[in-house]
Amino acid sequence: MTVTVERGAAAGAKRPAGRSRHRPRRPGDSYALFLLPGALAFLAVVVVPFLMNTGVSFTDWQGVGSPEWSGLANYRELVGDEDFWASFRHSLFMVVAMAAVPTALGLVLAAALFDFVGKHFGGRVTAVLRACFYLPQVLPIAVAGIVWSWILAPENGSLNELLKAVGLGGWQQDWLGDPDLALYTVMAVMVWVQLGFPLVVFMAGLQRVDPALYEAAELDGAGWWRRFLHITLPQIRPEIHVVLLWCTIAALKVFGAVYVLTKGGPGGATDVPSYFSFTTFFEKTQVGYGAAISTVLTVLVLALALVGLKLQERTDR
Amino acid sequence: MTTALRRYPVLIALCVAALFMTVPFLIVALNAVKSPAEYAQNGPLSLPEGFYTDGVRDFWERVDFGRKLVNSVLISGSVAVLAVVLSVLNAYAIGIGRVRGRTWVLAFFVLANVLPQEALVYPVYYLSKEVGLYDTRLSVIIVFTVIQAAFGTYLLASVLGQFPREIVEAARIDGATKWQVLWRIVVPVSRPTLGVLLVFFFIWTWNEFLLPLVMLISNDNQTVSVALGVLQGQRLMDATMTNAAALLGLLPALVFFLLFQRTLTRGIAVGAVK
Repeated sequence: MTVTVERGAAAGAKRPAGRSRHRPRRPGDSYALFLLPGALAFLAVVVVPFLMNTGVSFTDWQGVGSPEWSGLANYRELVGDEDFWASFRHSLFMVVAMAAVPTALGLVLAAALFDFVGKHFGGRVTAVLRACFYLPQVLPIAVAGIVWSWILAPENGSLNELLKAVGLGGWQQDWLGDPDLALYTVMAVMVWVQLGFPLVVFMAGLQRVDPALYEAAELDGAGWWRRFLHITLPQIRPEIHVVLLWCTIAALKVFGAVYVLTKGGPGGATDVPSYFSFTTFFEKTQVGYGAAISTVLTVLVLALALVGLKLQERTDR
Repeated sequence: MTTALRRYPVLIALCVAALFMTVPFLIVALNAVKSPAEYAQNGPLSLPEGFYTDGVRDFWERVDFGRKLVNSVLISGSVAVLAVVLSVLNAYAIGIGRVRGRTWVLAFFVLANVLPQEALVYPVYYLSKEVGLYDTRLSVIIVFTVIQAAFGTYLLASVLGQFPREIVEAARIDGATKWQVLWRIVVPVSRPTLGVLLVFFFIWTWNEFLLPLVMLISNDNQTVSVALGVLQGQRLMDATMTNAAALLGLLPALVFFLLFQRTLTRGIAVGAVK
């Protein structure tokens, strides 16, 4: 032990500036080596495939033979492709269902659970309720899809049976098979899937808030709604930003739910860009065109992520 | 008295909402133990008359569910461990080593995680065929290790950025190599965060759909998620079998959830603050 202390003291004496912000760099003594495995794997799995995909998007390629350079032809075709525009329109619906609605509902629920149930009924009740809302989040989307497509089945589906049982038989629908309805049905399922995430993040965020703020507001006679607007919302703004950003990105990328619930149907009514590119790759084997679709989607997602990161940086400061 | 009267309606409303969230799980469990005849007669909403397990057993055998479970555990487990190791190495260089250009390195990792997998899927499919890894569990393990580690690096780098420097410096002065500092000091001290990442990576990989769907085409290599998703897509199942499938699919998720509820919520808190 004494040896260590002595060596420490000696080393400290040798570098008078050792306490300053910049530590002296010895040659060959860099932490960069630790990045090497990650960087190599990253290159092989993300960078190279991504560049290949972008490259392929400028070619005409069926997946066999050699790709033929076709310049912007795929992108020009996209502009006139009604299916492509429809899939992006559906993406906006997904943003509403997976980001906007869950965030709004999640805020109210989180505040109610934290500030009301937690205070009057205790932590146990709060934890159980929170768990119920979070449960769908741990479910593989394939399983959620099986559950819901069976519940929503036109014949013998639980929802239709329930409607009949309570005397609303006239409201029975082919929920996933009706082109006018399918997109809204998928949206409803996605709200169910997604709600737990914002709820749990917001409840975690609310634990940061100084309880004195609420007590003071309550003493001043502020009702629940006013406390929500003037304390809860401003205090967990960073969490709201993060949740909105992540959920919007998740919404743009949604694939599994569409694959399992509707396969993009009926008649393309629920097609989304990721599913559209998937079928273009593997069913129509128009690899160049599929690559162009996924490239457009990527640009959109990355642009959104960059804007989000910038905003987050600004609010962090 | 009046406040008590005003309290309960809110609680009841919240309970109803919570019930609505869990009702699908309950109906599935109810119907998975009904016989097809009973289902045909009484429909999906009746309580089961007996405890019929043939549906679950038939389904288990038909899809060789045990094998799918093994595949899922093997893939998700390997990815979780490997991705945590990779994240730690990256984050050590970025958060503690403060390598030059770390902001950019970090930005690249974030973008890799945010990137739609559709932009990688065809080249990954093509390249894996070229190198003979197509339709192997290893291919999926490699890809998800990198994708999960991208998120892990992002999260851990900020956690390690706040690591008490005195400890690291003291160990260095005592003659510990960087490698020793990493495994004897940084990793043990960060164990709670690493545990959270491990659980998250496991569950996320378990639930992944697109890449395993493309990469694992043979029955012997498929994961639980893919096997169920593909079956559902073919719409070959009767109601009892559908429920058996749903029940078997959601049981593992439920088990994780009950085991790791606290880790999950803590992890989300860690993730959200950054």
